[in-house]
Amino acid sequence: MQGITFDIAHMLAGSLVLVSFMQLYQDRLSALLNIFALHALVLAMSVAYQAFVQDAPHLYITALIALVFKAIVIPVALRRIVVKLGIHREIENVFGVGLAMLFGIGLVALSMVVMLRVTSAADPLAREDLAFALSVVLLGLLMMVTRRNAVSLVIGFMSLENGLVLAATGAKGMPLVVEISVAFSVLIAFIVIGIFLFRIRERFDTVDMQAMDRFRGEQR
Amino acid sequence: MVTYALFGVLALVVLAPIAVALSASPNATGFVYGACLIVALILFLLALHILLEYPAASTVTLPLGLPWLGAHFRIDPLSAFFLTVINLGAAAASLFALGYGRHEEAPQRVLPFFPAYLAAMNLVVLADDAFSFLVSWEFMSLTSWALVIANHRVDENRRAAYIYLLMASFGTLALLFAFGLMAGADGHYAFDAIRAAHPAVGTAALVLILALVGAGSKAGLVPLHAWLPLAHPAAPSHVSALMSGVMTKVAVYGFIRIAFDLLGPPQWWWSLVVLALGGATAVMGVLYALMQRDLKRVLAYSTIENIGLIFASLGLALAFKAYGMELAAALALTAALLHVFNHSLFKSLLFFGAGSVLTATGTRDMEALGGLIHRMPQTAFVFLIGCTAISALPPLNGFVSEWLTFQAILLSPQLPSWGLKLMVPAVGALLALSAALAAACFVRAFGMTFLGRPRSPAASTAQETDTNSLAAMYALAAACLIAGILPGIFIDALAPVVQALTGGQMPVQTGVEWMSIVPIAESRSSYNGLLVFAFMAVTGMVTAFAIHRLASDKIRRGPAWGCGYPDASPLTQYSASSFAQPIRRVFGSLVFRAREIGEMPPPGSSAPARLTVQLRDLIWDTLYAPIGIAVGVIAERLNYLQFLTIRSYLTLVFAALVILLLVLAIWP
Repeated sequence: MQGITFDIAHMLAGSLVLVSFMQLYQDRLSALLNIFALHALVLAMSVAYQAFVQDAPHLYITALIALVFKAIVIPVALRRIVVKLGIHREIENVFGVGLAMLFGIGLVALSMVVMLRVTSAADPLAREDLAFALSVVLLGLLMMVTRRNAVSLVIGFMSLENGLVLAATGAKGMPLVVEISVAFSVLIAFIVIGIFLFRIRERFDTVDMQAMDRFRGEQR
Repeated sequence: MVTYALFGVLALVVLAPIAVALSASPNATGFVYGACLIVALILFLLALHILLEYPAASTVTLPLGLPWLGAHFRIDPLSAFFLTVINLGAAAASLFALGYGRHEEAPQRVLPFFPAYLAAMNLVVLADDAFSFLVSWEFMSLTSWALVIANHRVDENRRAAYIYLLMASFGTLALLFAFGLMAGADGHYAFDAIRAAHPAVGTAALVLILALVGAGSKAGLVPLHAWLPLAHPAAPSHVSALMSGVMTKVAVYGFIRIAFDLLGPPQWWWSLVVLALGGATAVMGVLYALMQRDLKRVLAYSTIENIGLIFASLGLALAFKAYGMELAAALALTAALLHVFNHSLFKSLLFFGAGSVLTATGTRDMEALGGLIHRMPQTAFVFLIGCTAISALPPLNGFVSEWLTFQAILLSPQLPSWGLKLMVPAVGALLALSAALAAACFVRAFGMTFLGRPRSPAASTAQETDTNSLAAMYALAAACLIAGILPGIFIDALAPVVQALTGGQMPVQTGVEWMSIVPIAESRSSYNGLLVFAFMAVTGMVTAFAIHRLASDKIRRGPAWGCGYPDASPLTQYSASSFAQPIRRVFGSLVFRAREIGEMPPPGSSAPARLTVQLRDLIWDTLYAPIGIAVGVIAERLNYLQFLTIRSYLTLVFAALVILLLVLAIWP
């Protein structure tokens, strides 16, 4: 695991973090969906590259799942939902973009510090991968916290799952069970949350979380 | 060997869903308890065979449980001994339930859980890694909880089950930490690995405390006993017998396994804690028992007393083992294990008797019973044997184990530590006190229930119980007698267990003349149950013969002297409360803050005078009530967390994660 191999894997995992940052400052839903597709695409490339490097053919399946479901099916489906709901032009931000980016940088630094210290004995590629994966997870969570639209919550959640898949494939010898379960959990989450969006829309005419809170009769 | 035992357990586990499927059928009770009886008997014989013939441990690892660990199972002499105790009790309870279970109101609430509960207890003893041990332990707690709440329409039972569930989870939590500490940071959860690694002194002490809390809360050590007298009587009687007679023993097993086997060589001061708790438990248990009116609750509190006795013996064994006095340690441990066996016999017997009385009269309140010896003579006879045994009267088995305990206590002057030299006789005095009070307690239990005149219509029309129940009780009574007159056989059977745990063993007893038992040396002390029994039988028969033949063989019936009162209502008899009054006056004012309030009507009024007794459970008031209040207050404060917005919840999760990561990053 040296030289160019390491560099490429590093680059792919790093670009996944980069795309996570891009997600953070997209305040239009359709653009956000595009970036999410890109996110899944980078993940698929990274996993495929891991499959090639580790000589583990089962990882190609994972890459394929990521490519088909996360990069194509889910963004297309979500786009249809968004168009149907007529919110594809909606602009939303809770935090200021600058603040969110600063916070994200802090999170990446934190995950680097933690992971590089904890895994000092492990293989360097796995170390870097884990650190990046944790950053992606944290950035996904950050997005879920800062957005108020339900669709962005779904996307934040799924980019969080992408981070988990990255972690699972980065380490050598993870059985396929893990990836399949992760992929399916995303799919199920998507279905469930998609249904919820429609139901919410039917009842309240909006997918704005603040509106839901108002319906529960609470102030913030 | 262990595989056969596991097959038996599997059979019991399979019985549970069958019981669910059968629950509509009227034959379900007979089938399930019959099958349990057969499986338990087979397991009992197997365990006995292993105990007597195979001192070497046999192990098996199944690919269950944690993926990198598997489920380890093992039978060594200690687990074989406890398997015999469990399955003997289980077989007796199944036989009893063949008759008793027919009176059950909702058998489908009991039948599926009963075999599962038996399986769980067997599994705890067989487990050979921390994970399987804890899972089986928790399985045992949950199945017994389900049995406690079987009769869920009674408010009292629901409360008992709730408290039981809380205490059981608390105990398991303590055991979880104990095993976590023993496994260390690398997490070697198999008992082999734990046994090989001796923890540091401080860690070991912490583990011992946690094991005492965890196993002690299940066994009923004061002050962790609060659930026991509530939960044991709430269950159906055959289950009460199992919980009191057998499950508390599984808890004792857990403590022995940790303190004597897994934890490595003991420190002398460990025994101080165990001895003090044991002595306090014995006295408190029997004092509580004396204050109760509910027959099954009396038995439950008396279980606490016996557990105290067992733990005191275990503490002694730890002390002797710490100073390398193998023979004395072997004596103390033998006394403890023998008492485990004996108590499982007579406590099951007594609970069966109480169950028969309950089905015959519909009440457990001793103030509403009485005179049952005429209506239920056979139950009365076996109950009397149980009472004699638990009061530690020769020639029955309770005497043997308590006598051995006191023999071990008499060896304490040889201990080098002054702390123990002073402590052990004090604990001995407590045990002697509790033994005397236990005798009073069972005179009261037997006298109020079976003697005198019936205090209620239900008691005066009671019917003798069925043959299956009687067979179970007679079998246990016979076992009590055999273990009492031939204790040498039992002591020798325990030798491999004791040898493995203390490194020594008591002198071989089977060769001693006249079947005496000699714990240390002939010159010091010996006891011969057979001779005592023969003497009592012969003198009793001679006296009876002399009275009936030489004096008068006429039976005379005359009016009983009514103490000068014209109204001979049964309620004017000596009652359970009045029997307990002297003891309440001596101990109760201190221990229970007992207060007697006499209400005299003014002169000329025809209202009755009243005497009200107020008892307070100080342990509950000072330990449990404040915890309950604190939990309530905290829950009240945190209640608003239930009504946050989705984003606030996400933010909370996120913040918690980031803070934990920060701690990890900053931690040196």
